Amino acid sequence: MARLTILYFAWVRERIGRDEQQIAHPGTETTIMALLDALATDSPGHAAAFADRSRLRAALDQRFVPLDTAIGESRELALFPPVTGG
Amino acid sequence: MTPHLIVRVATENFDPATELAGLEALPGGAVASFTGLVRDDGGLIALHLEHYPAMTQRQIAEIVAQATDRWPLLGVTVIHRYGMLSVGERIVFVGTASSHRRAALEACAFLIDWLKVSAPFWKRTIRQDGSGEWVEAVAEDDDRAAQWGGG
Repeated sequence: MARLTILYFAWVRERIGRDEQQIAHPGTETTIMALLDALATDSPGHAAAFADRSRLRAALDQRFVPLDTAIGESRELALFPPVTGG
Repeated sequence: MTPHLIVRVATENFDPATELAGLEALPGGAVASFTGLVRDDGGLIALHLEHYPAMTQRQIAEIVAQATDRWPLLGVTVIHRYGMLSVGERIVFVGTASSHRRAALEACAFLIDWLKVSAPFWKRTIRQDGSGEWVEAVAEDDDRAAQWGGG
């Protein structure tokens, strides 16, 4: 069974209380948004982190993607606030 | 000529003079640079920078590739630090070398504007009273980067 690694950064990581989680791959057709709905039931921390989707950004296999993107064959999903580099 | 590219993501400090000397050693005759430091905005002691290592390297390499496609550059140096950085410490350096001053200046501005919105770093403030918060992204930064196109 394929796995999906989920990485959390910044306040998303703090609210969830961990920086990484492995789950069974939810299927290529599943969108990030749908996965967030499912993960939000994991813990109050997950629910808090995913409450305001407008403040969440995502990357699949290290590339920025919109939240309505299907997970496809990706093996790594990262969830984080808008970046503040430079 | 293939441009001379240096990209470093590290906790260690860097010396802008050394980095500039490297760019000046290229035969272009025009070198531009930007250094970003931790700003003292009243009560701030430090910033803690977190990043997504596997993605940071790729994102910076892509931005640099876009700059070298767009401007006739002889060299590009990008250094971005992470970890705990006190007020006044350097965070980021962008340097460009070219035979044309406009190319050097514009590519330097393009690189720092895009780094701000597409390199996966997150800054947390650390204040004297022990409080701290995550720095919010600024829409203005997105607009500034978008004005260049690409990204």
